[in-house]
Amino acid sequence: MDYCPHTPEDIEQMQAAIGIKSIDELFDDIPHKYRLKNIPGVPSSLSQQETLELLKAIAARNEVPKLTLTGAGAYAHFIPPVVGHIVGRAEFYTAYTPYQAEISQGILQAIYEYQTMIAHLTGTEIANASMYDGASAMAEAAVLASKISGRNKILVACSVHPQYRQVLSTYLWANGLNMSEIPYTPTGQFDTLALSKELDDSVAAIIIQNPNFFGCIEDVRPIAQAAHERGAMLIAVLGDATSLGILEPAGASGADFVVGEGQSFGNPLSYGGPYLGIFAAREKYLRRIPGRIAGATVDKNGKRGFVLTLQTREQHIRREKATSNICSNEALCALTACVYLAALGKNLRSLALLNIYKAQYLKTRLSELRGWRQIFSAPVYNEFVFACPDAKAANARLRKAGMTGAYETARDYPELYNTLLFCATELLSKKDLDRVVETLKEGEG
Amino acid sequence: MELIFEKSRPGRAAVDVPASDVPPVDLNEAIGEKYLRRDLDLPEVAEIDLVRHFTGLSRRNFGVDLGFYPLGSCTMKYNPKLNEDAAAQPGFTALHPACDESFAQGNLELMFSMQRLLSHIFGMADFTLQPAAGAHGELCGVMMIRKYFESRSEKRRIILIPDTAHGTNPASGALCGFETVNLRSNAEGGVDLAHLESLMNDEVAALMLTNPSTLGLFERNIEKVASLVHDRGALLYGDGANANAFLGKVRPGDLGFDVIQLNLHKTFSTPHGGGGPGSGPVGVSAKLADYLPVPRIVKRGDGYAWSDNFPESIGRVRSFYGNFSVVVKAYAYIRSLGAEGLRRAAEMAVLNANYIKEKLKHHYDLPYDRVCMHECVFSGSRQVAQSGIHTSDIAKRLIDFGYHPPTIYFPLIVPEAMMIEPTETESKETLDSFCEAMINIAEEAKTNPQLLRDAPVTTPVARLDEVLAARRPDVAWKKP
Repeated sequence: MDYCPHTPEDIEQMQAAIGIKSIDELFDDIPHKYRLKNIPGVPSSLSQQETLELLKAIAARNEVPKLTLTGAGAYAHFIPPVVGHIVGRAEFYTAYTPYQAEISQGILQAIYEYQTMIAHLTGTEIANASMYDGASAMAEAAVLASKISGRNKILVACSVHPQYRQVLSTYLWANGLNMSEIPYTPTGQFDTLALSKELDDSVAAIIIQNPNFFGCIEDVRPIAQAAHERGAMLIAVLGDATSLGILEPAGASGADFVVGEGQSFGNPLSYGGPYLGIFAAREKYLRRIPGRIAGATVDKNGKRGFVLTLQTREQHIRREKATSNICSNEALCALTACVYLAALGKNLRSLALLNIYKAQYLKTRLSELRGWRQIFSAPVYNEFVFACPDAKAANARLRKAGMTGAYETARDYPELYNTLLFCATELLSKKDLDRVVETLKEGEG
Repeated sequence: MELIFEKSRPGRAAVDVPASDVPPVDLNEAIGEKYLRRDLDLPEVAEIDLVRHFTGLSRRNFGVDLGFYPLGSCTMKYNPKLNEDAAAQPGFTALHPACDESFAQGNLELMFSMQRLLSHIFGMADFTLQPAAGAHGELCGVMMIRKYFESRSEKRRIILIPDTAHGTNPASGALCGFETVNLRSNAEGGVDLAHLESLMNDEVAALMLTNPSTLGLFERNIEKVASLVHDRGALLYGDGANANAFLGKVRPGDLGFDVIQLNLHKTFSTPHGGGGPGSGPVGVSAKLADYLPVPRIVKRGDGYAWSDNFPESIGRVRSFYGNFSVVVKAYAYIRSLGAEGLRRAAEMAVLNANYIKEKLKHHYDLPYDRVCMHECVFSGSRQVAQSGIHTSDIAKRLIDFGYHPPTIYFPLIVPEAMMIEPTETESKETLDSFCEAMINIAEEAKTNPQLLRDAPVTTPVARLDEVLAARRPDVAWKKP
C-alpha cells in the first residue's frame, strides 16, 4: 500500500509539463554508480490488512502484565477517556509547529494554558512548551545554569533518577563540564552535610529530585538556601508529577528551575515514550530558557491571540548562539497534559491523596512479610523502598503471576542489595495489593 | 476565545476520582504539614465544557487532514490511519519501560527489526532509536563524532556547516562544544568546493551536510565533497531531514556519509502533533558503531534483551528507549509501503515538487533554475520590487485561499524565500489549485497589493503583534 494518488495519466501529463520523458531524469544529479534499482533487505509492500495483522502479531508477542508495581520514572495512572478523544482530533494531531499563528490559534492557546498550569503547579512563574522528556529537560537546565553563571560544576544528588544522571553525564561531557554526586542520608534524603563539603564557587547548580528516586520527600528549602548562599542555582526534578496535586512544589521553596517528566499527566506508558519534559523557571530566566514558548498578544484589531514568542533564543534565528538546539518538542503530549489537568481540576489533589493511601496500605501489608522492612524513614508519596530476603526471587514470583514487579534498586545502587522500589498508584485496588502480598507470602515457604 | 481558566467555576470537575478502598491516613502524620502545598488552582470545568473548549480550539487549527500543508523541510505528508491503529495495540501502549524483558519481546523484536530496516534503507552499519527528535539525533550524532576523535586522541574543534543548513546544525555543534564555521554555497546552490578545500585542516572534525540541501538540490559533487572531508581524516555528517527525496534511489552510506540522523515524523509519516513528538534515529558507519548510545538491543538465545555493556558508548541521551510508539507507526509505514512503495514515494515527491516549480517559475523568481528534488525554493524579490509586497504577505494571503503557507525566509541565502514541499501524497488537482492560488496572488500583488497586506481575513484573528509579544511577554495567565 502506498498513499500516492497519481494515476498513470496524471504522471504522463506532469512529465510533459516538466519536459521530461521519465521520472528517472529527475534523479540525474545523483552519481550514476550509486543509483539503486531496489532496496536490498527491505521486504515488499503489504496491504493494509496484512500490515495490521503483522503488527498485531508482533504486539501479541508482548505480554500485558496484570498489574504494575514499578514507577521509577514512568507511572501507570488512569487516563480519562475524554483526554484521548480530544487529543486525537486531526486538527491538533496532524498539524506541526505553529509558525503561522493565525491558523494555529488552537495549539497556541492550548500551549499557553499548559504553560500556565505548569508554572502554577511547580510554584514558578514561567514554563516552556515542553522538552523531550524529564531527563533531557534536566540536562538542558544544568547546561543552561552553567552558561548563565559561567561556572563549570554541577552537583547532583545520588537520589536523582539513575537514567537522568546518565543523560546529564553525557550532556556535561559534551560541554566540557564536571559533575559530582551528593549522597543520601539514612532517612533516604539529600545529605546537606555532604553538600557543604562540595559546594564552592565553581558550582553552577545543585540538582535534587522531589519526591526522589526512592520515593522520599525532600526538604527543599534549606537546600535552596544553601545553593543561593554560594551563588549556585537549584534545579529540582519531579518524581511522579501527580505528587504536585498535594506536595509543596519546589518552586515555592526557592528552586530556580523545576524540570521533570510530565508523562503522568494523561500519557500512556508506551514502553518509554513519547513522554514530555516539563521545564519551568523563575521569570528572570525567561529570555534564557530553551524551547518553544507561546505568548499572548493582540491582533491589529486589538483582539487577544497567541504566537510563538521570544524566538530570538532559538536555533532557527540564533543558530550556534541559540540557548539550545531543540526544534520539535512534545507538543501533543503537552496538549495531553493540559487536557488531563483541566479535566481533573482540583480533583488532582484527591488523586494524589489516593496515591498516598495506596502506598501506605501496601507498606503496611508488606511489613507483615518475614524479613521485609522499609529502609528509609523519610515521608513518601507513592513510591518507597523495602529490604527483603531475596529481591530477585520476590520479583520472579510476581512475574510468574503475570505482574510487573518492583524495581530492583541494586541495578543502580549496589549498596542497596536485596531492596525493591515499589510504586502504588490509584490503578491498584485493595484486592490487587492484597494479591501482591499473598503472592509474595507463598514464597516464604 | 475564552481561556479554560476564564470558564472555570468552583465546584465543577470533568473527571472524578474513586473513593478509597484502603484506609485513609492522617496527612500530617504520614507526610508532615510543611511538605504539603497550600493552594491548587487548576481550572474547574464540567466534561461538556472541557470538550467544547478544546473542540473549539481544534477548529482554530490547521492540519494535514484539513488541507494542503507544503511547509518546506517539514515533509507534511498524509499520516495513514492504519499506523495509528497498529500502534494503539495494548501490547504496545501498556508496557512499563522498566518491565522484565520477558514481557516485552514483541517491542524488542520490532525495534531490532526497525534498526535493521533503516540500516538497509540508508546503507548504514547500525542505528539507534533513542533520540526523541531530529535535533536530538543531531546532538547524539555530533557527540559520537566527538567521542570518535577523543578515542583517537585527536583534538579537532571545528565543524563545518553550509550557509544553507538548518539552524539546528550549528546549534547542535555548539551544544557539543564545537566551534562552527560557515561553508559557502556556489552559484548553482551546491557546496563551494574551493571554499571547502581552503577550510579543511586537521582541526576539522566533520562537515554537516544536508543532501538534498535546503534549496531542494542534490549535491552533484558529493563524491568530491566526501573525499575532501575524508582525506583530511574528518567525518561526513548527514542531516536526514530531507530523506524523503531519495528513499530507494540512493543510500547515504554508499555516498560516504559516516553519520546520519532521521526524522521519522517527516520521512516515515508519523503525525507531527502540533510540534511533536518526533523521533530522531541516528545511523552510523561501522567505525562509529561502538559509540552508539546505550542501552542497545542484543539477541539473546531465541529472544532479545537490553544491554549496557558497550564501554565505548557516549552513554544515554534520553531516559528509557526513545519515542517508542512513534517508532511503531513508522515501522508499520515502512512495512506497508515496502521497498517499491518507498521508492515510489520519493519519485512522486520529486515529481510533485518539479511540477510546482515549472508551473510557478514564470510568476515568482526562481534563484536556482535546475531540476529540484522534493522541494523547490522561490524568492519573492520580484514582488518586493514591483509593489513592496513581501513573502510574509504572500504567505498570509495563501491562508485566505485555504492553504498552509510554505516555509518562509528560509534558507537564509535566498532573499524573501518561499520553500515549497508538496510531498508525494498530494494529487495533481491539489497541486493545480495551489498553483492557481499562487498565480492569483502574484497577480493581486500587482493589481491590488492591499489585499495581501490585509491578509488573512478568513481567520479567527488577524495578523498578530509579535513585537508586543516579545517586548511585554505574557506567557502564563494571571488571575485578574
